[in-house]
Amino acid sequence: MVDGVQSEGCPGAGPTVPSDVLLHMHGIVKHFPGAKALDGVDLEVVAGEVHCLLGQNGAGKSTLIKVLSGAHQPDSGSIEFEGRALSVPNPVAALRAGVATMYQELDVVDGLSVAENVFLGHEITRGGFTRRRELLGRTAELLARLGHPGISPTTEVGRLSAAEQQIVSMARALSHRARVIIMDEPSAVLDSEEVANLFRVVRELTGQGVAVVYISHRLEEIRQVGDRITVLKDGRTVAAGLPASTPTRDLIRLMTGRTVEHAFPRRAGVPADAEVLLRVDGLGLAGRFEGVSFSVRAGEVVGLAGLVGSGRSEILETIVGARRATAGTVEVAGRRLRPGSVSAAVAAGAGLAPEERKRQGLLLDEPLYRNITLSSFARFARAGFLDERAERGAARQQLLATDLRPADPDRTARTFSGGNQQKAMLARWLEHGCRVLLLDEPTRGVDVGARAEIYGLVRRLAERGAAVVIVSSEIDEVLGLADTVLVISEGRVVHTGPAELIDEHAVLDLVMEGSAA
Amino acid sequence: MSATDLSPVTSADAVTAPGVLRRMMSGAAGRNIGLVIALGLLCVFGVVTAGERFASIDNLMTILRLAAVIGVLSVGMTFVITGGGIDLSVGSVLGLASVWATTLATQTMAENLHWSVMVFTALAVGAGAGLVNGVLIAYGKVVAFIATLAMMVAARGLAEMIANRQTQIVHVDTFLDVFRAELLGVSVLVWIFAAVAVVGWVLLNRTTFGRRTLAVGGNPEAARLAGINVERHTVYLYVLAGVAAGIAAVMMLARTTAGSSTHGQLYELDAIAAVVVGGTLLAGGRGTIVGTVFGVLIFSTLTNVFTQNNLSISAQAVAKGVIIVAAVLLQQRLAARTRST
Repeated sequence: MVDGVQSEGCPGAGPTVPSDVLLHMHGIVKHFPGAKALDGVDLEVVAGEVHCLLGQNGAGKSTLIKVLSGAHQPDSGSIEFEGRALSVPNPVAALRAGVATMYQELDVVDGLSVAENVFLGHEITRGGFTRRRELLGRTAELLARLGHPGISPTTEVGRLSAAEQQIVSMARALSHRARVIIMDEPSAVLDSEEVANLFRVVRELTGQGVAVVYISHRLEEIRQVGDRITVLKDGRTVAAGLPASTPTRDLIRLMTGRTVEHAFPRRAGVPADAEVLLRVDGLGLAGRFEGVSFSVRAGEVVGLAGLVGSGRSEILETIVGARRATAGTVEVAGRRLRPGSVSAAVAAGAGLAPEERKRQGLLLDEPLYRNITLSSFARFARAGFLDERAERGAARQQLLATDLRPADPDRTARTFSGGNQQKAMLARWLEHGCRVLLLDEPTRGVDVGARAEIYGLVRRLAERGAAVVIVSSEIDEVLGLADTVLVISEGRVVHTGPAELIDEHAVLDLVMEGSAA
Repeated sequence: MSATDLSPVTSADAVTAPGVLRRMMSGAAGRNIGLVIALGLLCVFGVVTAGERFASIDNLMTILRLAAVIGVLSVGMTFVITGGGIDLSVGSVLGLASVWATTLATQTMAENLHWSVMVFTALAVGAGAGLVNGVLIAYGKVVAFIATLAMMVAARGLAEMIANRQTQIVHVDTFLDVFRAELLGVSVLVWIFAAVAVVGWVLLNRTTFGRRTLAVGGNPEAARLAGINVERHTVYLYVLAGVAAGIAAVMMLARTTAGSSTHGQLYELDAIAAVVVGGTLLAGGRGTIVGTVFGVLIFSTLTNVFTQNNLSISAQAVAKGVIIVAAVLLQQRLAARTRST
């Protein structure tokens, strides 16, 4: 399907590697328990270019750069760097070899000075003492090279702006004499002026022969700063070395069109007279999102689509009171919720299955049944004394209802697969009797088979009268599962409408270009 | 882990089913087996070195009386640590409560009304200090270590101010009659410890309060999203530890027949050591009252054996340190193993 594109824009492919090819990753495969994150990825980077890595969430971009930076070990595949085979058993080895990574979350130490951050881990020392003057001098040089002579090497990094911290991070990469710098969504924390400056710095670096691997979701940025594009999808390279001028439509076509089609259950349709169970009106959280309004009827599934960081998860967390709204109201079954109180939301019948199940959802070392009854165990108590037999019995019922396997209520939550842990979260809210279910990335870390089961389960819950809100980074999942879709971009709802009337391309277009439909 | 805590282990199991034994050794019961063995070894050592002087009913009672005060503090501490916190102030709060319960005013009132006035005073002081700790930590978002460190210093100072650095003799005879009595040949103080331990066990393993404690300590974010009021429960936990310190203060008054601002110095560390040695996770989410009781008994037996052999307090301290480190190393091994299976 994409062969035509691949051959047309792939100058360096083949057994003989041209001399200007700096980095060549070939056939990289990486398995995680229950999932194949990378399934034969090729990447070729030429000295002095900005090579953009494009792909939807879950396409394998993060895993790929973690392999390159030594954070993950590939199961198979080879890496050649400067014409020699390179092995990166750990991040230090990558730095030594000349591959530096700037992660999405800035990895600077707030309490240390700029100079100390730049030379963190490879301080300039003599006899165990840091050579302060040389440290400061070298740092100042690097900052000047990056076009920021104004940042003082002695300033505490915590006092700098996000953009300046990024410069520090870049100076650190340069201090390792990096030939390849990987930048993971560097523009996410920057405003437009700062982005322009970032691009200027990137251009200067490439002018000096450094190659930059640039990851971003914003196509307009890729056009401005990129030279070539490699597109990943479902853990494979689907197009390598495309020119940056490739039309948006082609890029989106490459990023979508999955190899694995998920089977979505049929929608039953929501009767117009169904009770409104959740009404969100003008909800806002300062600095994160604003003016979010929608309502969900019994039997309806509403999907929120948008990029990571667009405010989707925050919207769910604010609805349920885990974050305190700065504007707007939430009503569950006609009752207005007290802002900032999860207990109130849960008592009213609204429950959130959070994005990070292990960190935010489960008591991993407790038996499964206690996880299922975590929000309702008081019901099994008389005068405070728990009737664990009744509790186990109720949990077992929910295990059957959600088809959670193995259906052993006494096994610890940790020992279950991602899909079954997600079912446990659903079982918790079923047992509680929730009528409003908020599901944040319900299929993250869930294998294909279990996904279909979770989709079916969500649909059945809706048919039995629940109001469901689902957030997912996978656009086809939102479109396939939801009756109504809200597209979120940079904290605002940019589109609301029935799921049948919008397709994956249109949604991607909305979130990537930020234009209104 | 509640049920496995007390599950009987017969020797037949151990011989015929190595698989079962291995599972028990790696579970909570296994940790308690380790504690039983440690306590047994100490007793053997005591019998060998001190003979009759160690292995007598009198000496057993001495050990239990020694264990009682720290024991009550440790039960309270078990709840705080299981709930993901720490309370450094319990020793000072004990001192403050002992002083407040023996002021001239309190004792006069106790003589005129009832001895229980002194008990209520001590419990109220403990609960009040715990409330301040809890509110600072849960709502003020002060780190537990710092908030209770501040309380530890301040409560000790307040006790000194109230007592004017003088020992306050208990002269309410009815109070002393009650708490210095023996029941079935066992000191009332030991009965109190036993009662506190039993109530603590039931509370932790059989009630919604215990379940909330495990949830709040195991994963506060998950507990909050499940609708549990984490802040309020945290306050309850520190109040509980404070009340335990108040009970311990009453016991201290009975044992020493005096209130003093120096009572309970460094007891918080003994209590934390007993809790950790007993197998409660310092990170929270897993707690065992049975283990804590064993931890307390191990330390007081150790002290007794060393004293019987005229070994110095310094040598005792070294042995205690070794035991703490050994217990924590063991705990980490076991935690790593349960995680990998």
